Amino acid sequence: MAEPIIVFDKLNKWYGNNFHVLRDIDLSVALGERIVICGPSGSGKSTLIRCINRLEEHQEGRLVVDGVELTDDVKAVDDVRKKVGMVFQQFNLFPHLTVLENLTLSPMWVGKMPKKEAEAKAMAQLERVRIAEQAQKYPLQLSGGQQQRVAIARALCLTPKIMLFDEPTSALDPEMIKEVLDVMVEMADQGITMLCVTHEMGFAKAVANRVIFMDQGQIVEQNTPTEFFNNPQNERSKDFLSKILGH
Amino acid sequence: MAMNENTAQTFQPIAARKAPTATEGPIAWIRINLFGDWTTALMTLLVGAVLLWILPQVLSWAVFRAAWAPDYEACRVDGVGACWGVVAEKYRIIVLGRYPFEEQWRPVVATSLLLFMLVGSCTRAFWKLWVLPAWAVALVIYFTLMYGNLLGLEKVETDRWGGLPLTILLASLSMMLAFPIAMVVALGRRSNLPAIRTVCTVYVELVRGVPLISVLFMASFMFPLFMPVGFSIDVLVRVIIGITLFAAAYMAEVIRGGLQAIPKGQIEAAATLGLSYWQTQRKIVLPQALAMVVPSIMNNFISLFKDTSLVTIVSLYELTGALSLALNSDANWRPFKIEGYIFIALIYFIFCFSMSRYSIWVEKQANKGRAR
Repeated sequence: MAEPIIVFDKLNKWYGNNFHVLRDIDLSVALGERIVICGPSGSGKSTLIRCINRLEEHQEGRLVVDGVELTDDVKAVDDVRKKVGMVFQQFNLFPHLTVLENLTLSPMWVGKMPKKEAEAKAMAQLERVRIAEQAQKYPLQLSGGQQQRVAIARALCLTPKIMLFDEPTSALDPEMIKEVLDVMVEMADQGITMLCVTHEMGFAKAVANRVIFMDQGQIVEQNTPTEFFNNPQNERSKDFLSKILGH
Repeated sequence: MAMNENTAQTFQPIAARKAPTATEGPIAWIRINLFGDWTTALMTLLVGAVLLWILPQVLSWAVFRAAWAPDYEACRVDGVGACWGVVAEKYRIIVLGRYPFEEQWRPVVATSLLLFMLVGSCTRAFWKLWVLPAWAVALVIYFTLMYGNLLGLEKVETDRWGGLPLTILLASLSMMLAFPIAMVVALGRRSNLPAIRTVCTVYVELVRGVPLISVLFMASFMFPLFMPVGFSIDVLVRVIIGITLFAAAYMAEVIRGGLQAIPKGQIEAAATLGLSYWQTQRKIVLPQALAMVVPSIMNNFISLFKDTSLVTIVSLYELTGALSLALNSDANWRPFKIEGYIFIALIYFIFCFSMSRYSIWVEKQANKGRAR
């Protein structure tokens, strides 16, 4: 079996002295795997994926991403961030730059790519998410769904091995959720490793290899989607599913 | 059903008419803005009454009964209004200070060059790389012209520089030097490294704790006490350093306010894209923060332009100091200080108002991305 691309080994994190936000996390993610993480709010789902690109630091345990262990070493962190892309709930596009400039910023300034090449790559990504005609607009002139698709394209411009999604559709109108989920399904079909924190269970059923249910900083249950939704093993999972699948 | 009768009706456009009550044009403007409702109409009449009472008196004093000739006897005649003769007589000292009379073409030329560079740097045409060497050359020419001692020009010590050229020199040099210092200090106050953060905080709090006049006083009189005997820095340099450090502290706080307003998500997104700290500040954070605080920064610049009048305490006679110099020493013209002050107030107003208007233009340019 191939080396897993992400390994959490007894990872523990605290906010301050008392709030134990991640407890004894043991998780292995294989290359090309698509994982959906669900759970109640405050369960540590976002914190978990934010540890992967060192937006959050862990105090105990090990975290290895693509062979690089994440520590305070700046070089290691930079190395990992080049391979991991992230899409945020609030899009976090740069409002003072056009869509195209948002995409070419990192390839040109970090990857030292010449402008023409960066713009060509950017346009290719914009076409992939079906938003190429908005390239010269400013983010605030676009709808929420369009902005999130630009954010996905921006992350893809760096050709990451791993894509992290932190509740990508939670800030969107119901009508726009579909256009973003469609893009994510397409990406999944192309073999990229994805970790997605979301409440969209339909997406989990369609695309995920594995569903992880978290509560109070722990992984409570993980299983394939069909098994998890139809046959939850843990009381807590049953409780959670009954609430969210009810309506 | 016989629906296939030719029921297609031809489109009959309604002829366009004029609006029933005008909302554009001067008469409409007066009607809407001055007499729109009862309160507004009352205010218009009140203000109109006050103006009608004040304006004729002011105009009578300032224009119709004024004496324009540089003749102080004519000014003391009973019933004469403003004495603009004081300006006609003293304008060279007021505007150019104690600079030697025959050499006064030099500050005029030098300041015109400086103003040209300043105004030019405000326009997009100058926002290119060649501007920096151009500024270096312009400053060399400026100081050569003003100080002299080269190319056959007579030497003029810095304590004789004065009037409007000195005001413009102090204000513009301080602004240009203070701004980058302010950016660094603002970033330093938000740094994670305790040493940098402490140094920047101490600097800002110390400078903000004292009035500018005491900073100038310390720069001018106390600083030389700490210097080895015989080693002295030119008073103008000390004053510029003092004003610059003063202005930089206030601007640093303004910029820090802007930095605080940038959502954390922007920095996180930049981090996930692999941008370094300085790349993030330069390309993401500072452009947005500075665009937000343009009105406050221009406010600081405008204040700074007028704060230069405090250098009188160190015997440098810029515009306001030169006026006192011109009138205090001349008993004949001393009673007509008001006209002198109105004259320099007008000069200050022209510069400050131009800066205000420019500020509005900059705000529009900086916020293009937000316009929907």
